Amino acid sequence: MKFFPLIWASLWRKKARTIFTLLSITIAFLLFGLLQGINAWMSAFGTGSNANRLYVVSRVSELQPLPSAYLRQVLAVPGVRKSTYIAGFTGFYQEKSNALVAFATDVKTIFNLYPEWQIAPEQLVAMSRTRAGAIVAAPLMRKFGWKIGDRIPLRTSVVKQDGSADWDFEIVGIYDVPSAPVEANRILINYAYFDEARLRERGTAWAFVVAVEDPARSAQICAAVDALFVNSAYETVTQDEKAYVQGQLRQIGDVSLMANAIVAAVLFTLLFLTGNTMMQSVRERTPELAILKTVGFSDRSVTVLVLIESILLCVLAASLGLAAAAGVFPVVAALGFGGSALPLKVVAAGLAMAVVLALASGLPPAWRAQRLLIVEALAGR
Amino acid sequence: MTAALVSLKGVVKRYIRGKQRVQVLHGIDLKIHSGEFLALMGPSGSGKTTLLNLIGGIDRADEGDLLVADERINAFTARELARWRARNVGFVFQFYNLMPLLTAEQNVELPLLMTSLSKAQRSANVKAALELVGLDDRASHKPAELSGGQQQRVAIARALVADPTLLVCDEPTGDLDREMAEQILDLLQIVNREQHKTIIMVTHDPKAAARATRQLHLDKGHLLVAESSLAA
Repeated sequence: MKFFPLIWASLWRKKARTIFTLLSITIAFLLFGLLQGINAWMSAFGTGSNANRLYVVSRVSELQPLPSAYLRQVLAVPGVRKSTYIAGFTGFYQEKSNALVAFATDVKTIFNLYPEWQIAPEQLVAMSRTRAGAIVAAPLMRKFGWKIGDRIPLRTSVVKQDGSADWDFEIVGIYDVPSAPVEANRILINYAYFDEARLRERGTAWAFVVAVEDPARSAQICAAVDALFVNSAYETVTQDEKAYVQGQLRQIGDVSLMANAIVAAVLFTLLFLTGNTMMQSVRERTPELAILKTVGFSDRSVTVLVLIESILLCVLAASLGLAAAAGVFPVVAALGFGGSALPLKVVAAGLAMAVVLALASGLPPAWRAQRLLIVEALAGR
Repeated sequence: MTAALVSLKGVVKRYIRGKQRVQVLHGIDLKIHSGEFLALMGPSGSGKTTLLNLIGGIDRADEGDLLVADERINAFTARELARWRARNVGFVFQFYNLMPLLTAEQNVELPLLMTSLSKAQRSANVKAALELVGLDDRASHKPAELSGGQQQRVAIARALVADPTLLVCDEPTGDLDREMAEQILDLLQIVNREQHKTIIMVTHDPKAAARATRQLHLDKGHLLVAESSLAA
């Protein structure tokens, strides 16, 4: 700490240059935080995959609905323990930035299919008694400040039979997924109510979720389900949960590769920017560094001072950028990308990256400072 | 006569300038006694500053032996030499060489940062050094807020704060007007007489040299005359 005033003063020797460098690094790490945050969120998406669960969707496209009547046939396939359908809508609460996804399903069965989803049993009973009821993910409850008993109006793209696209639901329960908090991001509504009230695509579902008795037989069950509907107007493709999630991610593209490529390009550019700033700063301070050595600072001490200055600049700016990313992340999440909070591992990776950047850009000027000859430097050579 | 604090024997120094090899000092033999105030004089390029730099341990001799307080400093590693400078030598330069963004007290504290002194001890030493040079009321001022003479006083406080054995001054009054120069020379004399510091001062100014207890003249890397004088 006793060296801090010296390092801090050196850092701010040229205020404008330091501020611009700081801003560049801050913006770079804001980008890093957002991209890697989304990346981490998407990676985490399939980590909780359950080998017991299968998904049945349209072979043509996941956007093509399937007849909900398929459920009975699916349930009749040997090895299938339980199944239900999922339909629903995307919409928003009050403002477009408050985007939401609602799953219309057989709520009691869905909690059976997803045992990791946690809900109070009495709330599940209340849901069965409330046709226009909704069970809301705990993070959404916190985000919007909702309480049980609140009525929430949602504007959607699904038109009701009365011509309106506004749907009202009464919150009767809250669910959470402690093992994978990113998955607790939806509203669950009763399929029966939803299907009866909507104007178009009645009697259809986006997908069926299937629980099997023996995961070792998943491949055979997938084939058996798809065989049921082959050559029909609505052929299906059935996959286990992991394959299904990965398929969904592939539709967006290789986000991880894109995110990593952008971040790598930005950090590479930043390396030269920071390196140039540090090199200029050290060059300008040559006589001052010579004085430090004159009064007894060793070559190593001067090297360490320059490196700490570089680390201070990069870590300070990176912290600001990551803090900004943490602030912006919920907004991006509301648009459908990312979880409710910037993952801590992204923050940790960002700070580690900042230290690596600082060392890489600080080493050449630090090396120059170490090799500096007092007499030559004082003579201005 | 007290024992020799600084002893040089056959000291040679060469520099390489471009493709040329220039010999600056030609086998200097010299003894400087503890408590002396020595003025090194001579024309530009005579090797005064080079000799001062060798004695202060910020440059190395190519040949010869250099002992300060019985330590053979030309045998030290770079790290040992840095540690030795911190303990034994205070430097005063013509252009003060203060850190522009640090306050007077932070500048004075610099040599103490490499010691194991506590914050309180460092503060006490800095205060005492600034009081000695009469600038304790300007402790929080930055160099740009001080006059040339005041900046040189801060530099002297920085040179003295670690209580060194030896004070090496390279043209300490070269950038000051006569009145300021006299004040600085008064201060150096006080430091020499009352603090018993050995001072080696390079100067072009005969009036400044007259304050020393001994004058030495260098020309083309050779010691010419060694004459003693009593300071006024």
